[in-house]
Amino acid sequence: MAEQDWKTNRRVFAAVSLPTLFWIIVFFVVPMAIVWLYSFGENRGLTDIAISGTLDNYKRATEWLYVTIFGKSFAVAALVTLICLIVGFPVAMAITFASEKWRPWLLLGIMLPFWTNLLVRTYALMILLGSQGYANKGLGALWGGASWAKTLVGLEPLPTWEPVQLLFNNFAVVLGLVYVHLPFMVLPLYAALDRLDRSLIEASLDLGAGHFRTIMRIVVPLAAPGIVAGVMITLIPALGAYLTPDLMGGTDSQMIANVIERQFKKANDWPFGAALSFLLIYAMFILIALQSMRRKVPEVH
Amino acid sequence: MALFARTPRAPLEYSRTLWMRLWVGAVMVFLYAPLVVLMIFSFNDSKRNVVWRGFTTKYYEKALGNDQLVEALLNSLTIAALATIVSLALGAVAAVMLWRFRFPLKGAVDGTISLPIIVPEICMGVAFLMFFAAVDWPTDLVWPFNLGAITIAHITFCFPFVTMVVRSRLASFNREQEEAAKDLGASEWQVFRDVLIPHIRPALVAGALLSFTLSLDDFVITYFTSGPDTITFPVKVYSMVRFSVTPEVNAASTLLIILTVALTFIALKLQGVKAIAETH
Repeated sequence: MAEQDWKTNRRVFAAVSLPTLFWIIVFFVVPMAIVWLYSFGENRGLTDIAISGTLDNYKRATEWLYVTIFGKSFAVAALVTLICLIVGFPVAMAITFASEKWRPWLLLGIMLPFWTNLLVRTYALMILLGSQGYANKGLGALWGGASWAKTLVGLEPLPTWEPVQLLFNNFAVVLGLVYVHLPFMVLPLYAALDRLDRSLIEASLDLGAGHFRTIMRIVVPLAAPGIVAGVMITLIPALGAYLTPDLMGGTDSQMIANVIERQFKKANDWPFGAALSFLLIYAMFILIALQSMRRKVPEVH
Repeated sequence: MALFARTPRAPLEYSRTLWMRLWVGAVMVFLYAPLVVLMIFSFNDSKRNVVWRGFTTKYYEKALGNDQLVEALLNSLTIAALATIVSLALGAVAAVMLWRFRFPLKGAVDGTISLPIIVPEICMGVAFLMFFAAVDWPTDLVWPFNLGAITIAHITFCFPFVTMVVRSRLASFNREQEEAAKDLGASEWQVFRDVLIPHIRPALVAGALLSFTLSLDDFVITYFTSGPDTITFPVKVYSMVRFSVTPEVNAASTLLIILTVALTFIALKLQGVKAIAETH
């Protein structure tokens, strides 16, 4: 029995479709449509907004300042995704090839932070990175060790350790985003690697390829769908990240979400904020369209 | 698992190579060290998170004595519970609709239901801010009705996740079971209650857990929909972190981490570690 036509059982169809459609239209489509309409509006007073069909908000978004912020958000999100992929891939491999006894616990180890409150995790990382925090102390100890080693071989000791600024800069934003999004990357990678036919890896090793070559030539191409899924799952929330750049970033590390937030709180320019929101949504759509195009290409051949 | 293998390593036992273990170990330290430090410092008898000055639980007393913080936590739990219940019902019904029926514009409906998963949180927050302003949503209701706006927003971004989980579970449902039940005289409702629901039960548990944590976790959307009287836990912690770092935040955060771990272990007891792992 395949899918039923809705006309054959209108009563049941109404029972399951009406609540769903009501909710998604009233509480999702309508709010989104309001944002879209407002993006063509202009401020006529402190609280009065007229939807005049103007394109000024979009024009303003193409100003150099906003273009650079969009560009920077993309660059940060891409860098974060790349780091997550490099760090997460070996972890996913380790989970896949771990013994039956250990695999669930390793998975749980990755998932528990994923379930922990985002704000709490960001705050915890901030404590560690503070100018008096343990990250700085660790670096100071390394510095002291290096200095001691230099005096040991008869060289001048290094100058005394100055705590470095690890928080409130771009480095902190990237590190914070990697910290938050790493589980997002590992889980889809694991799901893809787990489905892999292991005899292919064995064949490759038997035929004389090294482990590294096997991973690059056999494992990575076969796990490509999982890699793409992991990249998208990391890239999309990283691009729209608000909390991490807000709390851990400096004055020059704002991302697009912070600019949007400012239009609704401090700057009180709702139409411009609405236009920026929709530009961000369009950017997501383009990313997703690129992904689905990539997926369709091999089927053509 | 001994650190140094006694039996020779098979070619595919990558997780037994030393550098792989070091890598996984380093990642685990990276993921857990900040949380562990935070939890330890919540017992530290000092105003700053720097040097250990002795054990104390006074910041827990302070956090629990902070009426605003307790109220925020209570609000968060209420919203999460309400959002989970409605999301489960709505998500399951939507999954059944998409799985069972063929109808006009199905692709569009399917796409729209999964959109809240993809649309950035900030855009959803903005949309709800504008929506509730446009419809003049009353803000001066008594508790718990004043949490209505936030709860509605949370349901909108939680239920698509339930739909996703339930739908993938429904794919393994043998439709002949449904026909057999109907041949034996069961009504539509009985089939739903006695055949379909038991089959999707694991997905419902996973979906409930996912909704509850997503709702409890959310800051951005709540930040835009909450009024001055409807503060949730993340919003309260945010303002505490932003404006005055006090050790109370450590204590409150530790309580929330413990709550998360407890929820995870309840889920483990119900489902087993493997099933939980597979839902992601």
